Amino acid sequence: MDQERYKLNKQLAQMLKGGVIMDVTTPEQARIAQEAGACAVMALERIPADIRAAGGVSRMSDPGMIRGIQEAVTIPVMAKCRIGHFAEAQILEAIEIDYIDESEVLSPADDVYHIDKTRFKVPFVCGAKDLGEALRRISEGASMIRTKGEPGTGDIVQAVRHMRKMNQEIARLVSMRGDELFQAAKELQVPYELVQYVHENGSLPVVNFAAGGVATPADAALMMQLGAEGVFVGSGIFKSGDPARRAEAIVKAVTNYQDPHMLARLSENLGEAMVGINEQEIQVLMAERGK
Amino acid sequence: MKGAGITVGVLAVQGAFTEHERMLKRLGAEVFEIRQKQDLQRPFDGLILPGGESTVMGKLMSGLELQEPLKEKIISGLPVFGTCAGMILLAEKISNDEAVYFGTLPVTVRRNAYGRQLGSFHTECRMAHVGRVPMSFIRAPYIEDAGPGTEILARVEGHIVGVRYQNQLAVSFHPEVTDDTGVHAYFLDMIRKSLNNT
Repeated sequence: MDQERYKLNKQLAQMLKGGVIMDVTTPEQARIAQEAGACAVMALERIPADIRAAGGVSRMSDPGMIRGIQEAVTIPVMAKCRIGHFAEAQILEAIEIDYIDESEVLSPADDVYHIDKTRFKVPFVCGAKDLGEALRRISEGASMIRTKGEPGTGDIVQAVRHMRKMNQEIARLVSMRGDELFQAAKELQVPYELVQYVHENGSLPVVNFAAGGVATPADAALMMQLGAEGVFVGSGIFKSGDPARRAEAIVKAVTNYQDPHMLARLSENLGEAMVGINEQEIQVLMAERGK
Repeated sequence: MKGAGITVGVLAVQGAFTEHERMLKRLGAEVFEIRQKQDLQRPFDGLILPGGESTVMGKLMSGLELQEPLKEKIISGLPVFGTCAGMILLAEKISNDEAVYFGTLPVTVRRNAYGRQLGSFHTECRMAHVGRVPMSFIRAPYIEDAGPGTEILARVEGHIVGVRYQNQLAVSFHPEVTDDTGVHAYFLDMIRKSLNNT
């Protein structure tokens, strides 16, 4: 991928800022999401909560199903491939997906190597639990980062942990003397140039969203106040009692995340939230996939 | 500085609004974000509609009761500058969609005219009153038809990508994601002239 293409891909992520990206499994859900104000949709066969419940190996979705969703909406369509599965990524590029999520939600295809994303024209978003992971994914060519959180749980605790960790590590790099950055790069196992960028700018060189466990408008507002530039909502919407209404409330909460009065109104009468599983109750920690 | 003494409201419901704010601040203008109705109580001399997803911004503008008051301001002459999605919000007609948002700019736009993200591109081209401008087109629209009284400011590959109609400036591309402040400086000139005329 040339530098110009990489810039355009980072810029598409900039256009998504302040927005909500929603998981959808059918064209009908995609239309509901767009109508509710989603800034993009993630097309997948099963939402994370169901992947978690079903167990077994989960893979890239049927390209035909993804095309159906591409035809149903005008907003960008994203889709997931397995960590390290560059052939799945090639297929998604062939159907002109707008963004590929190399995602720990699916079963990893490679337990050592991530995809060399610099070889693709199409942009990639990747999950990260800390600054080291984020910068490693960026050096591999990711043009957008999201927290891993813990997908399919409706439990926000891990996304909070990952976002705080990243912010703390960014603050630490900013406070360092220039001559300490070389050692920091070594500890983080990332290229020096990226460490230097964070030191100078106090932020990642790409857009950073929150993901994994967002279920309510308050969850979304919490992540925005912690510094997320937008929010992915997976199972939280279509596993809830009134998806359209909840989706719309979360979209508005991301825009007015600093206004508790509006958040109070938005949180009223949303029907049942997704059931949710606590961290201690789950078997598979998806966030531990791909470091 | 170009922007001294000028206050610009930036629609900040979704999209790349902080990029516009940075550009305007570099040019010395005062900037504030419009996220809800109360924000409109502040006086401002110009309005920016940023890039992002037009369906989202349209939805939020009506849901947050921003659309009608902003539309009234545009009709009564408030200088407005829309980029990409912002241009779609201003357009009178969208050729491949039934939606109309402000509908104050007499043009027909085609949404996602260059296709999906793989069709996004960067180029450099001349824009009237500004000069050469670096242009990033991200899943961009272009103008298929411009009504009488619309000045065409830029064309790329034969398609209209920049226009001005009275107090309204609209471009398909994203000057806010580059380092070039030329288009924003032109918008501030528009504001300055409108202030001198009143």
